[in-house]
Amino acid sequence: MPSVISVIPKLYHEYTTKTSKKLKIVDAYLLYVFLTGVIQFVYCCLVGTFPFNSFLSGFISCVSSFVLGVCLRLQVNPENKNEFSGLSAERGFADFIFAHLVLHIVVMNFIG
Amino acid sequence: MPATIAAKPVNGPDQGIFHNTAGFSTLITVTVLTLAWLAGFASRLFAVIRFESIIHEFDPWFNYRSTAYMVEHGFYNFLNWFDERAWYPLGRIVGGTVYPGLMLTSGTIHWFLHALNIPIHIRDICVFLAPVFSGLTAIATYLLTSELWSRGAGLFAACFIAIVPGYSSRSVAGSYDNEGIAIFALQFTYYLWLKSVKSGSVFWSVCTALSYFYMVSAWGGYVFIINLIPLHVFVLLIMGRFSQRLFVSYTVFYIIGLVFSMQIPFVGFQPIRTSEHMAASGVFALLMAVGALKYLHSLNPKGEWKQLLILGTIVAAGAVFLAVVALTYMGIIAPWSGRFYSLWDTGYAKIHIPIIASVSEHQPTTWSSFFFDLHVLVCTFPVGLWYCIKNINDERVFVALYALSAVYFAGVMVRLMLTLTPVVCVLAGIAFSIILELVLKEEDTTQAPIETEEVKNDKSGKAKKRVQETVQAQDQGPGLYARPGTVIAFMILLMLFSVHCTWATSNAYSSPSIVLASYGNDGSRRILDDFREAYGWLSQNTAEDARIMSWWDYGYQIAGMGNRTTLVDNNTWNNSHIALVGKAMASNETAAYEIMSMLDVDYVLVIFGGAIGYSGDDINKFIWMVRIAEGEHPKDIHEADYFTERGEYRIDAEGSKTMLNCLMYKLSYYRYDSGGSPPGYDRTRNALPGNRGFKLTYLEESYTTEHWLVRIYRVKKRDEFNRPRVPLAKRTIPTSNSISKKTSKRRKGLLKNKPTVVKGKKMRLE
Repeated sequence: MPSVISVIPKLYHEYTTKTSKKLKIVDAYLLYVFLTGVIQFVYCCLVGTFPFNSFLSGFISCVSSFVLGVCLRLQVNPENKNEFSGLSAERGFADFIFAHLVLHIVVMNFIG
Repeated sequence: MPATIAAKPVNGPDQGIFHNTAGFSTLITVTVLTLAWLAGFASRLFAVIRFESIIHEFDPWFNYRSTAYMVEHGFYNFLNWFDERAWYPLGRIVGGTVYPGLMLTSGTIHWFLHALNIPIHIRDICVFLAPVFSGLTAIATYLLTSELWSRGAGLFAACFIAIVPGYSSRSVAGSYDNEGIAIFALQFTYYLWLKSVKSGSVFWSVCTALSYFYMVSAWGGYVFIINLIPLHVFVLLIMGRFSQRLFVSYTVFYIIGLVFSMQIPFVGFQPIRTSEHMAASGVFALLMAVGALKYLHSLNPKGEWKQLLILGTIVAAGAVFLAVVALTYMGIIAPWSGRFYSLWDTGYAKIHIPIIASVSEHQPTTWSSFFFDLHVLVCTFPVGLWYCIKNINDERVFVALYALSAVYFAGVMVRLMLTLTPVVCVLAGIAFSIILELVLKEEDTTQAPIETEEVKNDKSGKAKKRVQETVQAQDQGPGLYARPGTVIAFMILLMLFSVHCTWATSNAYSSPSIVLASYGNDGSRRILDDFREAYGWLSQNTAEDARIMSWWDYGYQIAGMGNRTTLVDNNTWNNSHIALVGKAMASNETAAYEIMSMLDVDYVLVIFGGAIGYSGDDINKFIWMVRIAEGEHPKDIHEADYFTERGEYRIDAEGSKTMLNCLMYKLSYYRYDSGGSPPGYDRTRNALPGNRGFKLTYLEESYTTEHWLVRIYRVKKRDEFNRPRVPLAKRTIPTSNSISKKTSKRRKGLLKNKPTVVKGKKMRLE
């Protein structure tokens, strides 16, 4: 257990030095989306789930934005070039936008 | 279907002589797929050619009726449609209890064709929808198999699925049911899924989710997808094949598919509320955890982390599992519903849900039906499976899981043979492609037999030319006889396969079952159109709002063809209502009359096959009515009462007393004097009915069709029976009872029209 605690500052150091600025922007976006999701969840726990479809669509749109952000981050990261051969960063971004379009049309429909 | 035979061998040369010409292989692919489509379409038309363009069986009648409603009233009215003609007095919210994909598909085609000024009737679209979609299924199967193995294997698989009886059993012309389009959606979703796993692209995952959405809207079998894909991911995780591509494709597919699936009113919040869908969310959470741990690991890739990673994964998996179990116990997640539970515990349905067990297509599959539905494919698909496992990669894990789970489900239920068929075609296609590849490795020398095969069947000038070229090259050594031998043997197998497919589709699966055909000794054909005769009589001679009681099998047909109110139908959502009808049928006349007057029944309709030897009639189904009734009313109905002391189910003089006096028996055999040498002989059960010459007190016969197949009785009103008999001479002219049809109709029309007109006005004002 102490090794885990001691490793955290090390991780932080690694992260700040190794990660490029582009990816940090994506990370900030991910953090923002994550917090939005947490707020929605806490709100639903405190107040109730009454318009359940509205809660679901809000929450799921947060989760999906997070997932899509993570995917974008994975595909943009130059370290993963071998993994996603044939997918350029631009293609990743275009896919990201396409997925968001589809997602938000459905969410609009579902939010009621 | 000679065309398909001709089409199959093309695969061999596809990789051989045309190797360097990409255009040629595309041409061949397109030709073969077109031929497969045509062959598949043509082999499904037997019912239309022998009978007519008509909707088949039971469920298709409901689908047709609601499609017609949607086309007439528009999509939004269809979604809000409350059908007061079904489940009297409860009614049915059709829009919320139906998978609308089928109706939407044919409605869209109808709209499109009418926009092009092609005035086709919606019934014809419904009849031909499934055959047309079989071609699309063939294409989807081709894509799936090419993704898994090679294009040649894909062509084989496409040809197999186009004509295989296991699939055509559910997609002949006129069988307008969800499965017809759902198999296409299933295969296409799987293809897109493999594509997205391979590429790791968000775009393909979103396409998978879209195709999954179509599947959800089309068939309840979407649960198979949403469990199989997570299973695939889970197995890949266990095998240590986690990759970021997998992460991308699954998470995107799951979350977008989730929100998509909740758009279908019938599915609603089920994807987050029921156990059937929990595997998918569990794997989603697990994959997120694994992804996060991997990411932390990549930040600091040192040895000490490895154990922590494995430990973390196991802990995460355990936590997810415990969370799902805990939520199930707390009642937030509904446990497995009976229908799914009966897939694991095969005896479950028989004890707890007799209504599911009573349907013949829910019975366990026999060995012979595997062979009947799949023929040579059932013997060859293990070969393909073995090769897939031998040269394993991410996609082939999927097809192996697909095959294993589908084999299990097909063994449990005859109906689920349908999910097995596509994967068998895929794997058999792979097997045949491998065999041909082995045999044809040495170019030119062994090309000849295949090409000649092609000519025999194809008879096109172009192919003949090719043969002449290859025949010259045929000078192999004596040791090579094995190769042409193998090729010829497999060609014969394939030929037998296509002959069997055509035969099975034509003889076993092309009966509309509402129009029967019987063959005389001299081969002449007689059409028995009793069902439509009876439903036509109902629609012409009964009051507009008459309520017809029948067993639930005929509910959709009465509503679709007779356009009358029914008590129960094939939707079977309300077991106690069905049990009540079963109880009425199983009770004696007096007790049944109480139930019938409680339910406001005007007419009772029974199917009686004794006169023509039709085995699917109500007396043969009767024991299920008793069982279902006993499940809800154990005090009044006892199954044992309907058997003889030796436990036999019989209707002759040795039959039990309860059996010989129940309503179903009486309605079937009332006044029955046809059917063989002793008049009144029952040809279905080969027995002389035990109780004959009885009179009915509470019902009167209204109509019996030509071959006694459908019998309709009118339930008397309370003032009509048990009155002192008036001698014939004293009776006044019975005008009230025997008015000619026309006048009575006109009268009723006058009376009935007024309120409906007012209703219509009100509705429009709102």
